Amino acid sequence: MSDGAKGMSTSNPAGTEAKSTKKLSRRTLLKGAAAIAGAAAGSDATLGFPTIWAQEIKDIELRHVGVSYSVVKAIGDQAAKDLGFKVTMQNLDTSAAINRFISQPNTVDIADLEGWQAKLAAKRSVIQGIEVKKIKEFENILPIFTKGEIDGHKIPRQGISPYEAMYISKPDSTDLHDGVTEWATFLPQVYNADSIGYRPDLVGHEVTEWKDLIDPKFKGKAAILDVPAIGIMDAALCFESAGLIKYGNKGNMTKEEIDFTCNKLIELKKQGQFRATWTTFDQSVQLMAAGEVVIQSMWSPAVAAVRVKEIPCVYAPVNVKNGKEGYRGWCNGMGLMKHLSGKKLEAAYEYLNWYLSGWQGGFVARYGYYSPVPSTAKKFLTPAEWAFWYEGQAAPEVVNDPYGVPMEKAGTKRDGGSFLDRVKNISCWNTLMDEAAYMNKRWNDFKVA
Amino acid sequence: MQPSPSPTLSPARSNLAGWLYVSPLVLVLVPFFVAPILVVLAASFFATDGFGGLTPGFTLASYVEVLHSALTLKLYLATIKFTVLTWIFTLIIGFFVAYFLVFHVRNQLLAIGLFLLCTVPFWTSNIIRMISWIPLLGKEGLINQALLAIGLIHQPLEILLFSDLAVVIAYVHQLTIFMIVPIFNSMARIDKKLIEAAIDAGASRFDIMRLIVVPMSKSGIALGTIFVVSIVMGDFFVVKVMSGGGSASVVSAFYEDVGVLQYPTAAASAVLLTLVLVAIVSLILRTVDIRQEITR
Repeated sequence: MSDGAKGMSTSNPAGTEAKSTKKLSRRTLLKGAAAIAGAAAGSDATLGFPTIWAQEIKDIELRHVGVSYSVVKAIGDQAAKDLGFKVTMQNLDTSAAINRFISQPNTVDIADLEGWQAKLAAKRSVIQGIEVKKIKEFENILPIFTKGEIDGHKIPRQGISPYEAMYISKPDSTDLHDGVTEWATFLPQVYNADSIGYRPDLVGHEVTEWKDLIDPKFKGKAAILDVPAIGIMDAALCFESAGLIKYGNKGNMTKEEIDFTCNKLIELKKQGQFRATWTTFDQSVQLMAAGEVVIQSMWSPAVAAVRVKEIPCVYAPVNVKNGKEGYRGWCNGMGLMKHLSGKKLEAAYEYLNWYLSGWQGGFVARYGYYSPVPSTAKKFLTPAEWAFWYEGQAAPEVVNDPYGVPMEKAGTKRDGGSFLDRVKNISCWNTLMDEAAYMNKRWNDFKVA
Repeated sequence: MQPSPSPTLSPARSNLAGWLYVSPLVLVLVPFFVAPILVVLAASFFATDGFGGLTPGFTLASYVEVLHSALTLKLYLATIKFTVLTWIFTLIIGFFVAYFLVFHVRNQLLAIGLFLLCTVPFWTSNIIRMISWIPLLGKEGLINQALLAIGLIHQPLEILLFSDLAVVIAYVHQLTIFMIVPIFNSMARIDKKLIEAAIDAGASRFDIMRLIVVPMSKSGIALGTIFVVSIVMGDFFVVKVMSGGGSASVVSAFYEDVGVLQYPTAAASAVLLTLVLVAIVSLILRTVDIRQEITR
């Protein structure tokens, strides 16, 4: 009996199910058979699984596809262990990922989406709305995401903030809805604030402003991120910081602003300011660790990775001042692909709920990223870890990375301070501009100059 | 009046045999080359909403944009610069390595052994061979440290890495084998008696090279050139990594286009590059009749 059920559930993948809504009788029949199978095998159902029968779910496989810092194998393995079905994590870079979601949506079950990608995925109708009331911890998600504010501080909306990309009015809407609804495009799972990394021994002073990156003092020793959509925002933060220009919206520039920014970048390149540009996490670590650069736009765990090699490196606290500076925020969430239905959709909701239940929040905290539900993550962190990563206090004891390797000595303080200090100083979010095509072209001008 | 069956049957049979001969190639080329390129061709004529949505139709807008842009010219100049430099160095090195193996190593077994030795570095991946240059050429790399230690320089040389030089070094390292193999092959077929006769007739070493070896290795040189040129022009990864993102190529630019979902312009650029490569290859084939040289 159970073998028969196995055969049926595998011969009924979600992709065909979505198409065969007309064959209702066949589908109901299958479902019925599966339910009977489940009931028969009910006695050995895994504990903690009220909604789905263990016998049925063990043949389900969820493919979670996205960037390596967000879609992590260790997290997928733990989820599979806790949930009883198969989870496959597949990594692609940001642009390859969005291209796959759009061109081969049926090869993905859970899409790893940034805010701007969620907007695109909704527009291309490759995702379905997430029913907010099925998400157990939704009420506990920080209001940064659900309401666009925290502690009475309005989260800036330059670029595409997670809140802005969060809601659609109906499950199949293609346009974002401004304001809270019952349907979400994506469920935030990991986020952080990016800034500058620098070598304190070679820079010689504390860096708190983006303009240091373009200071002629560091000619030939600076680097910038070469992912056009966000590299240009780092450049914009630099130029605004140096008082060269005031942008209307750094995350959605006009053609004139794009021209100004790229021309200025070309000028700096010709003066020899940039030693290199980087596209991946590892490249940025290498550049800094090999002494090629002393200051560059950088991600927080990359700074930590340099420090693990016993090379001093600081993550610059670029707090907002006089309407300038600030971190560039990013947030990756999970989207449900449109083809999900039936049991597989239920499994996907279980998976989403598992993400917010704390284990994953604890895991990502140990390399410096944050969970949208810190209250559950806290349960999976030691008090010392919580004090160091979230509260910005001096570490009471040695801090280990997620794999148990010692990372920071006791007494060290996290650069940039507490969680709230950081997120309140985000001034813009990763984005895809309306003028993306033009911006990309001008960025290539910079590259080839 | 009916034609006798025997003369019609035999051309039909040989026709069938001909089709059978080409069928493996056709089976590979049609699904993996012709079909994708037709898709790209079709996409290059479509319109887009700028966010990945394609509207089937026929517009030349993408081509107009690509061909009207100064960026395209700059990208082609940059790519052609790398191609020409790589071609020159791989040709010189490849030619003389092959020459040495064929004409200076008397023992044929040893020659083949040395030839195989040339391929050893190619047992590891392209990417590893490229990346292994980085610790050698970097600011704190072996070369700079050695030069600093012997006091030849006082500041590390920055031009060694993340520069056009680094890109060309990586390409030459990766692609010289594609010159050595075909040139070795065509040189090995030169009758040694011909050289001896030339020496007896009083030809100098240079004359032998100029009048015998080079002309008779033409097919190898042409084949090697086709490999090197098409690989360099179709690559973006080496440029990206070894120039430290400081330079771009035709392919890297349209890869970025795909990244921001500008499919039609990316497709138009790809079609343009294909046409340019077809032109270059047919130019080479026009100069050297490879088919005739090979069956010689």
